[in-house]
Amino acid sequence: MTQTHPFVEIRHAQKSYGKLEVLKDISLSVERGQIVAIIGPSGSGKSTLLRAINDLDPLTSGEVWLDGLQVNKSLPHRQYENHINEMRQQIGMVFQHFNLFPHLTVRENVTMAPKLLKKISDKEADALAEEQLDHVGMLERIDYYPSQLSGGQKQRVAIARALAMKPKLMLFDEATSALDPELVEEVNLVMKKLAEEHMTMIIVTHEMDFAASVCDRVIFMDKGLVVEEGPPELVFKNPTQERTQVFLRKHLEGAK
Amino acid sequence: MDVELILKVYPYFLKAAWITVELSVLTTVLGLICGALGAAARLSRFAIVRFLGAAYVSVFRGTPALIQLFLLYFGGPQIGIQLDAFCAGVIGLGLNIGAYMTETMRGAIISVDEGQGEAARTLGLSRAQSFRKVVLPQAMRLMIRPLGVNINAQIKGTALVSAISVVELTYTAQRYIGSTYKPFEMFFLAGILYLAIITITGKGVAYLDRRVRLQ
Repeated sequence: MTQTHPFVEIRHAQKSYGKLEVLKDISLSVERGQIVAIIGPSGSGKSTLLRAINDLDPLTSGEVWLDGLQVNKSLPHRQYENHINEMRQQIGMVFQHFNLFPHLTVRENVTMAPKLLKKISDKEADALAEEQLDHVGMLERIDYYPSQLSGGQKQRVAIARALAMKPKLMLFDEATSALDPELVEEVNLVMKKLAEEHMTMIIVTHEMDFAASVCDRVIFMDKGLVVEEGPPELVFKNPTQERTQVFLRKHLEGAK
Repeated sequence: MDVELILKVYPYFLKAAWITVELSVLTTVLGLICGALGAAARLSRFAIVRFLGAAYVSVFRGTPALIQLFLLYFGGPQIGIQLDAFCAGVIGLGLNIGAYMTETMRGAIISVDEGQGEAARTLGLSRAQSFRKVVLPQAMRLMIRPLGVNINAQIKGTALVSAISVVELTYTAQRYIGSTYKPFEMFFLAGILYLAIITITGKGVAYLDRRVRLQ
Protein backbone atom coordinates (compact mmCIF):
# COMPACT_ATOMS: atom_id res chain seq x y z
CA MET A 1 0.00 0.00 0.00
CA THR A 2 1.46 3.27 -1.07
CA GLN A 3 -1.64 5.24 -0.27
CA THR A 4 -0.67 8.24 1.79
CA HIS A 5 -2.61 8.97 4.89
CA PRO A 6 -2.43 12.03 7.10
CA PHE A 7 -0.07 11.69 10.05
CA VAL A 8 -2.81 12.42 12.55
CA GLU A 9 -6.39 12.04 11.50
CA ILE A 10 -9.58 12.55 13.43
CA ARG A 11 -12.66 11.20 11.67
CA HIS A 12 -16.15 12.21 12.70
CA ALA A 13 -15.31 12.66 16.36
CA GLN A 14 -18.41 12.90 18.45
CA LYS A 15 -18.71 12.92 22.21
CA SER A 16 -21.60 13.32 24.57
CA TYR A 17 -21.90 13.41 28.32
CA GLY A 18 -25.47 12.22 28.69
CA LYS A 19 -27.53 14.72 26.74
CA LEU A 20 -24.74 17.26 26.47
CA GLU A 21 -22.93 16.96 23.16
CA VAL A 22 -19.45 18.39 23.62
CA LEU A 23 -17.98 17.35 20.26
CA LYS A 24 -20.18 17.34 17.17
CA ASP A 25 -18.76 15.42 14.26
CA ILE A 26 -15.27 16.85 14.07
CA SER A 27 -12.87 15.75 11.35
CA LEU A 28 -9.40 17.10 10.94
CA SER A 29 -5.95 16.01 10.01
CA VAL A 30 -2.43 17.09 10.85
CA GLU A 31 0.62 16.44 8.73
CA ARG A 32 3.94 15.27 10.09
CA GLY A 33 5.90 18.18 11.50
CA GLN A 34 2.91 20.48 11.51
CA ILE A 35 2.08 22.64 14.49
CA VAL A 36 -1.59 23.22 15.02
CA ALA A 37 -3.19 25.49 17.59
CA ILE A 38 -6.73 24.91 18.78
CA ILE A 39 -8.33 28.05 20.13
CA GLY A 40 -11.82 28.89 21.28
CA PRO A 41 -13.89 29.92 24.28
CA SER A 42 -13.94 27.73 27.37
CA GLY A 43 -16.46 24.96 27.02
CA SER A 44 -15.93 24.83 23.26
CA GLY A 45 -14.65 21.24 23.50
CA LYS A 46 -11.04 21.95 22.56
CA SER A 47 -9.52 20.21 25.58
CA THR A 48 -11.93 17.31 25.17
CA LEU A 49 -10.84 16.92 21.56
CA LEU A 50 -7.18 17.00 22.55
CA ARG A 51 -7.78 14.43 25.30
CA ALA A 52 -9.60 12.22 22.81
CA ILE A 53 -6.47 11.97 20.68
CA ASN A 54 -4.72 9.77 23.26
CA ASP A 55 -8.05 8.34 24.42
CA LEU A 56 -7.84 9.95 27.86
CA ASP A 57 -11.43 11.09 27.23
CA PRO A 58 -12.76 8.39 24.92
CA LEU A 59 -14.97 9.49 22.05
CA THR A 60 -18.59 8.40 21.90
CA SER A 61 -18.07 7.71 18.20
CA GLY A 62 -15.45 8.48 15.60
CA GLU A 63 -11.88 7.45 14.98
CA VAL A 64 -8.45 8.76 15.81
CA TRP A 65 -5.51 7.64 13.69
CA LEU A 66 -1.81 8.21 14.24
CA ASP A 67 0.71 7.31 11.56
CA GLY A 68 -1.48 4.67 9.98
CA LEU A 69 -2.67 3.08 13.23
CA GLN A 70 -6.03 3.59 14.84
CA VAL A 71 -5.58 4.85 18.40
CA ASN A 72 -9.08 4.18 19.72
CA LYS A 73 -9.45 0.75 18.16
CA SER A 74 -12.27 -1.29 19.59
CA LEU A 75 -10.72 -4.36 21.20
CA PRO A 76 -11.48 -6.64 24.15
CA HIS A 77 -10.49 -5.00 27.41
CA ARG A 78 -7.11 -6.63 27.96
CA GLN A 79 -5.96 -6.31 24.35
CA TYR A 80 -7.15 -2.72 24.29
CA GLU A 81 -5.08 -1.97 27.41
CA ASN A 82 -1.92 -3.21 25.72
CA HIS A 83 -2.74 -1.42 22.49
CA ILE A 84 -3.51 1.94 24.06
CA ASN A 85 -0.43 1.79 26.28
CA GLU A 86 1.70 1.31 23.20
CA MET A 87 -0.07 4.11 21.35
CA ARG A 88 0.30 6.46 24.29
CA GLN A 89 4.02 5.88 24.39
CA GLN A 90 4.10 7.62 21.02
CA ILE A 91 1.93 10.54 22.09
CA GLY A 92 3.41 12.91 24.64
CA MET A 93 1.07 15.08 26.65
CA VAL A 94 1.63 18.22 28.68
CA PHE A 95 -1.02 19.37 31.14
CA GLN A 96 -2.13 22.73 32.43
CA HIS A 97 -1.29 21.72 35.99
CA PHE A 98 1.99 19.95 35.09
CA ASN A 99 1.08 16.76 36.97
CA LEU A 100 4.67 16.04 37.88
CA PHE A 101 5.02 13.16 40.30
CA PRO A 102 5.69 14.89 43.63
CA HIS A 103 7.23 11.85 45.31
CA LEU A 104 9.93 11.54 42.66
CA THR A 105 12.89 13.75 41.83
CA VAL A 106 13.11 15.58 38.53
CA ARG A 107 15.42 12.84 37.26
CA GLU A 108 13.03 10.09 38.36
CA ASN A 109 10.07 11.90 36.83
CA VAL A 110 11.84 11.81 33.49
CA THR A 111 13.21 8.27 33.70
CA MET A 112 10.34 6.37 35.30
CA ALA A 113 8.37 5.59 32.16
CA PRO A 114 11.36 4.79 29.90
CA LYS A 115 12.81 2.52 32.58
CA LEU A 116 9.54 0.66 33.08
CA LEU A 117 8.43 0.46 29.48
CA LYS A 118 11.62 0.39 27.47
CA LYS A 119 13.68 -1.58 29.98
CA ILE A 120 16.69 0.68 29.67
CA SER A 121 19.53 0.40 32.17
CA ASP A 122 20.10 2.90 34.98
CA LYS A 123 23.06 4.29 33.09
CA GLU A 124 21.08 4.80 29.88
CA ALA A 125 18.27 6.30 31.92
CA ASP A 126 20.60 8.80 33.53
CA ALA A 127 22.00 9.79 30.15
CA LEU A 128 18.47 10.16 28.82
CA ALA A 129 17.41 12.32 31.77
CA GLU A 130 20.45 14.54 31.36
CA GLU A 131 19.86 14.91 27.64
CA GLN A 132 16.17 15.73 27.96
CA LEU A 133 16.60 18.07 30.90
CA ASP A 134 19.44 19.88 29.18
CA HIS A 135 17.15 20.33 26.21
CA VAL A 136 14.61 22.24 28.34
CA GLY A 137 17.29 24.03 30.38
CA MET A 138 16.59 22.15 33.60
CA LEU A 139 19.73 20.08 33.97
CA GLU A 140 20.83 21.96 37.07
CA ARG A 141 17.71 20.92 38.91
CA ILE A 142 17.98 17.24 38.08
CA ASP A 143 18.01 16.10 41.71
CA TYR A 144 15.39 18.53 42.99
CA TYR A 145 11.86 17.56 43.88
CA PRO A 146 8.97 19.18 41.97
CA SER A 147 7.91 21.09 45.09
CA GLN A 148 11.23 22.96 44.94
CA LEU A 149 10.59 24.31 41.44
CA SER A 150 8.67 27.28 40.07
CA GLY A 151 5.66 26.72 37.81
CA GLY A 152 7.64 27.41 34.65
CA GLN A 153 10.38 25.04 35.73
CA LYS A 154 7.82 22.36 36.55
CA GLN A 155 6.30 22.67 33.12
CA ARG A 156 9.67 22.43 31.44
CA VAL A 157 10.37 19.24 33.39
CA ALA A 158 6.95 17.92 32.37
CA ILE A 159 7.86 18.54 28.74
CA ALA A 160 11.17 16.72 29.22
CA ARG A 161 9.32 13.84 30.85
CA ALA A 162 7.03 13.52 27.83
CA LEU A 163 9.92 13.83 25.37
CA ALA A 164 11.89 11.11 27.12
CA MET A 165 9.47 8.57 25.64
CA LYS A 166 10.51 9.86 22.17
CA PRO A 167 6.93 10.54 21.08
CA LYS A 168 5.90 11.15 17.48
CA LEU A 169 3.31 13.67 18.51
CA MET A 170 3.06 16.13 21.37
CA LEU A 171 -0.21 17.39 22.83
CA PHE A 172 -0.25 20.56 24.92
CA ASP A 173 -3.35 21.20 26.99
CA GLU A 174 -3.14 24.87 27.98
CA ALA A 175 0.43 24.37 29.05
CA THR A 176 0.94 27.98 30.12
CA SER A 177 -2.50 28.84 31.50
CA ALA A 178 -1.63 28.08 35.11
CA LEU A 179 1.62 30.04 35.05
CA ASP A 180 2.40 33.47 36.41
CA PRO A 181 2.78 35.83 33.44
CA GLU A 182 6.52 36.23 33.89
CA LEU A 183 7.02 32.45 33.69
CA VAL A 184 5.09 31.92 30.45
CA GLU A 185 7.97 32.91 28.20
CA GLU A 186 10.40 30.21 29.35
CA VAL A 187 7.84 27.53 28.51
CA ASN A 188 6.98 29.14 25.19
CA LEU A 189 10.66 29.17 24.31
CA VAL A 190 10.91 25.44 24.88
CA MET A 191 7.85 24.89 22.69
CA LYS A 192 9.33 27.08 19.98
CA LYS A 193 12.51 25.04 20.12
CA LEU A 194 10.46 21.86 19.59
CA ALA A 195 8.74 23.54 16.66
CA GLU A 196 12.11 24.29 15.10
CA GLU A 197 12.99 20.62 15.50
CA HIS A 198 9.85 19.76 13.52
CA MET A 199 8.03 17.98 16.30
CA THR A 200 4.40 17.47 15.37
CA MET A 201 2.37 19.38 17.94
CA ILE A 202 -1.25 20.04 18.70
CA ILE A 203 -1.59 22.91 21.10
CA VAL A 204 -4.71 24.00 22.94
CA THR A 205 -3.99 27.55 23.99
CA HIS A 206 -5.37 30.92 25.01
CA GLU A 207 -2.29 32.73 23.84
CA MET A 208 -3.03 34.15 20.43
CA ASP A 209 0.37 35.78 19.99
CA PHE A 210 2.12 32.51 20.60
CA ALA A 211 -0.24 30.65 18.29
CA ALA A 212 0.31 33.26 15.60
CA SER A 213 4.08 33.12 15.82
CA VAL A 214 4.61 29.38 16.09
CA CYS A 215 1.75 27.53 14.47
CA ASP A 216 1.23 26.50 10.88
CA ARG A 217 -2.47 26.29 11.33
CA VAL A 218 -5.10 27.58 13.70
CA ILE A 219 -8.37 25.84 14.44
CA PHE A 220 -11.13 27.86 16.04
CA MET A 221 -13.68 25.77 17.90
CA ASP A 222 -16.97 26.79 19.44
CA LYS A 223 -19.76 24.70 20.94
CA GLY A 224 -18.24 21.41 19.88
CA LEU A 225 -17.65 22.40 16.27
CA VAL A 226 -14.72 23.53 14.19
CA VAL A 227 -15.94 26.95 13.12
CA GLU A 228 -12.93 28.08 11.17
CA GLU A 229 -9.47 26.90 10.35
CA GLY A 230 -6.54 28.10 8.35
CA PRO A 231 -3.09 29.63 8.55
CA PRO A 232 -2.75 32.02 11.52
CA GLU A 233 -2.38 35.14 9.37
CA LEU A 234 -5.79 34.42 7.87
CA VAL A 235 -7.66 33.29 10.98
CA PHE A 236 -6.29 36.09 13.13
CA LYS A 237 -6.27 38.93 10.60
CA ASN A 238 -9.23 38.11 8.40
CA PRO A 239 -11.57 35.70 10.13
CA THR A 240 -14.50 34.84 7.87
CA GLN A 241 -16.88 33.60 10.53
CA GLU A 242 -18.70 35.95 12.84
CA ARG A 243 -18.15 33.74 15.89
CA THR A 244 -14.41 33.84 15.29
CA GLN A 245 -14.49 37.62 14.96
CA VAL A 246 -16.44 38.01 18.20
CA PHE A 247 -14.11 35.65 20.06
CA LEU A 248 -10.96 37.36 18.82
CA ARG A 249 -12.31 40.82 19.58
CA LYS A 250 -13.20 39.82 23.13
CA HIS A 251 -9.85 38.20 23.55
CA LEU A 252 -7.98 41.28 22.37
CA GLU A 253 -9.94 43.46 24.74
CA GLY A 254 -9.16 41.02 27.54
CA ALA A 255 -5.46 41.20 26.74
CA LYS A 256 -5.48 44.98 26.98
CA MET B 1 -4.65 4.39 96.88
CA ASP B 2 -3.08 1.10 97.87
CA VAL B 3 0.35 1.44 96.28
CA GLU B 4 1.65 -1.66 97.95
CA LEU B 5 -1.09 -3.73 96.33
CA ILE B 6 -0.33 -2.25 92.92
CA LEU B 7 3.35 -3.11 93.31
CA LYS B 8 2.39 -6.63 94.28
CA VAL B 9 0.07 -7.35 91.35
CA TYR B 10 1.68 -5.37 88.55
CA PRO B 11 3.84 -8.23 87.21
CA TYR B 12 0.62 -10.13 86.48
CA PHE B 13 -0.77 -7.07 84.77
CA LEU B 14 2.35 -6.76 82.66
CA LYS B 15 1.83 -10.30 81.47
CA ALA B 16 -1.79 -9.48 80.63
CA ALA B 17 -0.68 -6.30 78.88
CA TRP B 18 1.52 -8.46 76.68
CA ILE B 19 -1.58 -10.40 75.63
CA THR B 20 -3.21 -7.07 74.78
CA VAL B 21 -0.17 -6.17 72.68
CA GLU B 22 -0.35 -9.51 70.89
CA LEU B 23 -4.04 -9.01 70.21
CA SER B 24 -3.38 -5.48 68.96
CA VAL B 25 -0.60 -6.55 66.62
CA LEU B 26 -2.48 -9.52 65.19
CA THR B 27 -5.76 -7.66 64.73
CA THR B 28 -3.91 -4.74 63.14
CA VAL B 29 -2.15 -7.03 60.68
CA LEU B 30 -5.40 -8.80 59.84
CA GLY B 31 -7.15 -5.44 59.64
CA LEU B 32 -4.55 -4.06 57.22
CA ILE B 33 -4.93 -7.11 55.00
CA CYS B 34 -8.74 -6.86 55.07
CA GLY B 35 -8.48 -3.11 54.54
CA ALA B 36 -6.26 -3.48 51.49
CA LEU B 37 -8.53 -6.14 50.00
CA GLY B 38 -11.62 -4.13 50.91
CA ALA B 39 -10.23 -0.95 49.35
CA ALA B 40 -9.25 -2.86 46.21
CA ALA B 41 -12.78 -4.27 46.05
CA ARG B 42 -14.37 -0.86 46.59
CA LEU B 43 -12.31 0.55 43.70
CA SER B 44 -12.71 -2.42 41.38
CA ARG B 45 -13.96 -1.95 37.86
CA PHE B 46 -16.47 -4.75 38.40
CA ALA B 47 -19.76 -3.67 39.95
CA ILE B 48 -20.29 -6.95 41.79
CA VAL B 49 -16.88 -6.71 43.46
CA ARG B 50 -17.55 -3.10 44.41
CA PHE B 51 -20.86 -4.20 45.92
CA LEU B 52 -19.18 -6.93 47.98
CA GLY B 53 -16.66 -4.40 49.30
CA ALA B 54 -19.40 -1.95 50.20
CA ALA B 55 -21.43 -4.70 51.89
CA TYR B 56 -18.44 -5.73 54.00
CA VAL B 57 -17.90 -2.17 55.15
CA SER B 58 -21.52 -1.47 55.95
CA VAL B 59 -22.07 -4.72 57.86
CA PHE B 60 -18.95 -4.42 60.01
CA ARG B 61 -19.27 -0.70 60.64
CA GLY B 62 -23.01 -0.90 61.10
CA THR B 63 -23.09 -3.38 63.97
CA PRO B 64 -21.42 -3.30 67.41
CA ALA B 65 -18.05 -5.04 67.51
CA LEU B 66 -19.25 -6.78 70.65
CA ILE B 67 -22.16 -8.36 68.77
CA GLN B 68 -19.75 -9.46 66.03
CA LEU B 69 -17.54 -11.12 68.66
CA PHE B 70 -20.48 -12.82 70.37
CA LEU B 71 -21.85 -14.01 67.08
CA LEU B 72 -18.53 -15.54 66.11
CA TYR B 73 -17.58 -17.02 69.49
CA PHE B 74 -20.95 -18.10 70.92
CA GLY B 75 -22.92 -18.44 67.69
CA GLY B 76 -20.09 -19.92 65.63
CA PRO B 77 -20.27 -23.49 67.02
CA GLN B 78 -23.92 -23.64 66.03
CA ILE B 79 -22.93 -23.33 62.38
CA GLY B 80 -19.79 -25.40 62.71
CA ILE B 81 -17.20 -22.70 63.44
CA GLN B 82 -15.35 -23.73 66.57
CA LEU B 83 -12.71 -21.22 67.64
CA ASP B 84 -10.92 -20.71 70.92
CA ALA B 85 -11.52 -17.35 72.53
CA PHE B 86 -8.21 -15.82 71.46
CA CYS B 87 -8.65 -16.78 67.81
CA ALA B 88 -12.24 -15.61 67.77
CA GLY B 89 -11.08 -12.32 69.28
CA VAL B 90 -8.37 -11.79 66.67
CA ILE B 91 -10.59 -12.72 63.74
CA GLY B 92 -13.61 -10.79 64.97
CA LEU B 93 -11.76 -7.60 65.81
CA GLY B 94 -9.51 -7.89 62.74
CA LEU B 95 -12.50 -8.07 60.41
CA ASN B 96 -14.11 -5.20 62.27
CA ILE B 97 -11.14 -2.82 62.08
CA GLY B 98 -10.54 -3.97 58.50
CA ALA B 99 -13.84 -2.35 57.53
CA TYR B 100 -12.67 0.98 58.96
CA MET B 101 -9.26 0.58 57.34
CA THR B 102 -10.96 -0.15 54.01
CA GLU B 103 -12.49 3.30 54.10
CA THR B 104 -9.26 4.92 55.29
CA MET B 105 -7.27 3.39 52.45
CA ARG B 106 -9.91 4.03 49.82
CA GLY B 107 -10.17 7.63 50.97
CA ALA B 108 -6.41 8.12 50.70
CA ILE B 109 -6.29 6.55 47.24
CA ILE B 110 -9.09 8.61 45.79
CA SER B 111 -7.73 11.82 47.24
CA VAL B 112 -4.56 11.53 45.16
CA ASP B 113 -5.02 14.09 42.38
CA GLU B 114 -6.61 12.55 39.31
CA GLY B 115 -4.01 14.23 37.11
CA GLN B 116 -1.34 11.97 38.62
CA GLY B 117 -2.85 8.80 37.23
CA GLU B 118 -3.61 10.58 33.97
CA ALA B 119 -0.03 11.73 33.55
CA ALA B 120 1.20 8.20 34.19
CA ARG B 121 -1.28 6.71 31.74
CA THR B 122 -0.38 9.20 29.01
CA LEU B 123 3.25 8.11 29.31
CA GLY B 124 2.06 4.61 28.45
CA LEU B 125 2.01 3.01 31.90
CA SER B 126 -0.63 0.34 32.43
CA ARG B 127 -3.30 0.77 35.06
CA ALA B 128 -1.39 -1.48 37.43
CA GLN B 129 1.94 0.29 36.83
CA SER B 130 0.43 3.70 37.27
CA PHE B 131 -1.24 2.62 40.50
CA ARG B 132 1.90 1.01 41.89
CA LYS B 133 4.42 3.64 40.85
CA VAL B 134 2.45 6.86 41.04
CA VAL B 135 -0.83 6.67 42.92
CA LEU B 136 -0.03 4.26 45.74
CA PRO B 137 3.18 5.93 46.97
CA GLN B 138 1.27 9.19 47.28
CA ALA B 139 -1.74 7.51 48.89
CA MET B 140 0.57 5.87 51.45
CA ARG B 141 1.62 9.26 52.71
CA LEU B 142 -1.97 10.26 53.10
CA MET B 143 -3.08 7.10 54.87
CA ILE B 144 -0.50 6.64 57.61
CA ARG B 145 -1.98 9.11 60.07
CA PRO B 146 -5.62 8.06 59.65
CA LEU B 147 -4.55 4.42 59.87
CA GLY B 148 -2.85 5.41 63.12
CA VAL B 149 -6.22 6.63 64.37
CA ASN B 150 -7.76 3.26 63.39
CA ILE B 151 -4.99 1.41 65.23
CA ASN B 152 -5.43 3.59 68.30
CA ALA B 153 -9.14 2.71 68.37
CA GLN B 154 -8.27 -0.92 67.80
CA ILE B 155 -5.91 -1.15 70.77
CA LYS B 156 -8.62 0.17 73.07
CA GLY B 157 -11.10 -2.09 71.30
CA THR B 158 -9.18 -5.19 72.40
CA ALA B 159 -10.76 -4.67 75.81
CA LEU B 160 -13.94 -6.09 74.28
CA VAL B 161 -12.51 -9.59 74.10
CA SER B 162 -12.60 -9.69 77.89
CA ALA B 163 -16.31 -10.37 77.32
CA ILE B 164 -15.45 -13.69 75.68
CA SER B 165 -12.99 -14.41 78.50
CA VAL B 166 -9.67 -13.79 76.79
CA VAL B 167 -7.30 -13.10 79.65
CA GLU B 168 -6.02 -9.73 78.52
CA LEU B 169 -5.61 -6.51 80.46
CA THR B 170 -9.24 -5.64 81.13
CA TYR B 171 -10.18 -9.22 82.01
CA THR B 172 -7.21 -9.43 84.37
CA ALA B 173 -8.21 -6.21 86.10
CA GLN B 174 -11.71 -7.58 86.64
CA ARG B 175 -10.35 -10.85 87.95
CA TYR B 176 -8.11 -9.12 90.50
CA ILE B 177 -11.00 -6.95 91.62
CA GLY B 178 -12.82 -10.18 92.47
CA SER B 179 -10.08 -11.20 94.89
CA THR B 180 -8.92 -7.80 96.21
CA TYR B 181 -12.13 -5.67 96.18
CA LYS B 182 -10.02 -2.71 95.00
CA PRO B 183 -11.54 -1.64 91.66
CA PHE B 184 -9.88 1.79 91.69
CA GLU B 185 -6.34 0.43 91.92
CA MET B 186 -6.95 -2.36 89.44
CA PHE B 187 -8.59 -0.24 86.75
CA PHE B 188 -6.08 2.55 87.35
CA LEU B 189 -3.21 0.15 86.74
CA ALA B 190 -4.89 -1.27 83.62
CA GLY B 191 -5.52 2.27 82.34
CA ILE B 192 -1.87 3.24 82.81
CA LEU B 193 -0.76 0.21 80.82
CA TYR B 194 -3.20 0.97 77.97
CA LEU B 195 -1.91 4.52 77.92
CA ALA B 196 1.67 3.25 77.67
CA ILE B 197 0.85 0.94 74.75
CA ILE B 198 -1.02 3.67 72.92
CA THR B 199 1.63 6.30 73.50
CA ILE B 200 4.37 4.07 72.15
CA THR B 201 2.26 3.13 69.13
CA GLY B 202 1.42 6.78 68.50
CA LYS B 203 5.12 7.65 68.50
CA GLY B 204 5.75 4.84 66.04
CA VAL B 205 3.04 6.09 63.69
CA ALA B 206 4.36 9.66 63.89
CA TYR B 207 7.84 8.41 63.09
CA LEU B 208 6.62 6.47 60.05
CA ASP B 209 4.64 9.49 58.91
CA ARG B 210 7.72 11.72 59.13
CA ARG B 211 9.80 9.19 57.23
CA VAL B 212 7.46 8.88 54.26
CA ARG B 213 7.12 12.64 54.11
CA LEU B 214 10.87 13.09 53.87
CA GLN B 215 11.19 10.65 50.99
